[in-house]
Amino acid sequence: MCGIAGLIHRGKSSNVGSELQGMLQALKHRGEDSTGYALYGDTDGKNFIMRFKVGENVGEGSSSVMEDVSVYDERKKIVDQTLSEMGAKIIKEERTLPYSLRYEVDYETKDLLDFSQRIESIPGVEILSMGKSLEVIKDLGNAKMVCDRYSLDKLVGTHAIGHARMATESGVDIKSAHPFWGYPFSDVSVVHNGQLTNYWNNRRVLENKGMRFMSECDSELIAVYIAQKMREGASLEEGMKDSLTGLDGVFTYFVATKDSLGMAKDTMAAKPLVLYESDDLVAMGSEEIAIRSVLPHEIDTYDPFDGEVKVWQI
Amino acid sequence: MANIKTSEKKSKAQSMGMHTEVLTGRTQQKFFNPDEAENFYYFGTYDVDFNKRTDLDVMNMSAPEANKEIDNLMSQGYGTIVIKNPQGKHSLGVGILNKLNLIFEGSLGYFGMGSCDGPIVRINGRVGWSCAENLMAGKVVIEKNAGSCFGAAIRGGDLICKGSVGARTGIDMKGGTIIIGGDAGAFTGFMMQRGRIIILGDVGINLGDSMYDGTIFVGGEIGSYGSDAVDAELTSSDQDWLRRKLKVAEIGEDFDVSKMKKIVAGKKLWNYDNLEPTEKKGAI
Repeated sequence: MCGIAGLIHRGKSSNVGSELQGMLQALKHRGEDSTGYALYGDTDGKNFIMRFKVGENVGEGSSSVMEDVSVYDERKKIVDQTLSEMGAKIIKEERTLPYSLRYEVDYETKDLLDFSQRIESIPGVEILSMGKSLEVIKDLGNAKMVCDRYSLDKLVGTHAIGHARMATESGVDIKSAHPFWGYPFSDVSVVHNGQLTNYWNNRRVLENKGMRFMSECDSELIAVYIAQKMREGASLEEGMKDSLTGLDGVFTYFVATKDSLGMAKDTMAAKPLVLYESDDLVAMGSEEIAIRSVLPHEIDTYDPFDGEVKVWQI
Repeated sequence: MANIKTSEKKSKAQSMGMHTEVLTGRTQQKFFNPDEAENFYYFGTYDVDFNKRTDLDVMNMSAPEANKEIDNLMSQGYGTIVIKNPQGKHSLGVGILNKLNLIFEGSLGYFGMGSCDGPIVRINGRVGWSCAENLMAGKVVIEKNAGSCFGAAIRGGDLICKGSVGARTGIDMKGGTIIIGGDAGAFTGFMMQRGRIIILGDVGINLGDSMYDGTIFVGGEIGSYGSDAVDAELTSSDQDWLRRKLKVAEIGEDFDVSKMKKIVAGKKLWNYDNLEPTEKKGAI
């Protein structure tokens, strides 16, 4: 089933980590195999924030293999060495969990394709997000468990999207969890509720164009599809509108960039979405109870129609 | 091919309690006989007094707890209940088989007022997916917008949304009336079998797709027609009925109904025969 939620504050910052946790926790009945956050925090914008993993969280139902922490240590060393070779300087390093790391990196080159390919050529290493503002955090368990594990409740920023996952078509692991980074674009993330039926056809085409897939989760296709459209010169909104015909299946998805948040709904309107929009806040989720967790008073909400695409700026 | 009506299989089917009837596209109706009223017991109903009123704050209640409390209040004779702080909770007010004035001071989530028979409900907020699914009788008024599958499979009663509704409104409906003050999404009236839908605003693609019967009235633009949905003449009696219905529904009283479009089933997809499914099984 899965649940998605997102919010964007316009003209101000807020405690988006805590707010999104409340929204996703309200949707936990839609799935709590894994939960993911894409948070756009307030930063000075000088350095890249790289969230990456050097192993998997192997819980009940996971399709991944348990590895020794010493393996993670070894992979981390190779990542550090590769970064050094590419001229990327680690400014700050946090190891939240044995397999999950957050680096602030001083890296001048804007081509993240080559950067990502070299880092991810290290076996078992995946970049979860790369951006000047974006941080993707995802792990097994419900929203509160992940929030507590990564201390997300104090994160201040302008906007965020998140996903509560019931695994259906791929494994219960971090690599199949949402959000997906819009590789190789800085600060682009995607969450999705639905099923895509032309995943393999699109994947083959996109891989031939040099794009990478880290999982076999159909939702990852949306991130890669939009990223490819943007590589070809389309705006975010144009790429999203194109996806209504380019992607087959049922879907409601959100895309976020450094300064915007968008939603798209397929032409069958088969997946739910409730939206609240005011001058200073847009909040949306698979169910109204998600919005109620941040706006408990009576508000006007509505369901976007079939084939609708909307984008908001901060 | 042997004629089933004269075959031994037919006799066998009848001896098993099955019967043959000609389907006419109308559902079977069972009428209540007042002479047998004392033998009639409708589970879950109470004698209530509409002048006996109470508030119920469901802020800290789960949906089952809230619904049980509504039932408890009805059993005490309360005929008017005001629900405070519904907070978008799912499945509130379901399964009420009673005459009752029920007022929600706020919005409901999914499946609100599902499987009800008789209450008069006003929701001063929005409703999520599948509001009033399987409504048998009564009236449900939503002051704001509604989600998809609004009035799915209703059999009777009036379901009114003063705002806009999502996709598949009136899907599989078998009776009753759905009235929308704003716009409606794709696949409105999908596979509807009886009843009427009135939309004062625009409607999305595939309107009335695969509808068997029933009527849809649209005041605004139509995205596209679904399979076997066709235009029909808007008669003067249609217009009288629309005016009366919109007035009773407290919605669009001044709306010019003479310009509305009327959509019905073309009936080209009809492919009925005289056999009930059980008899078909026996005949195979």
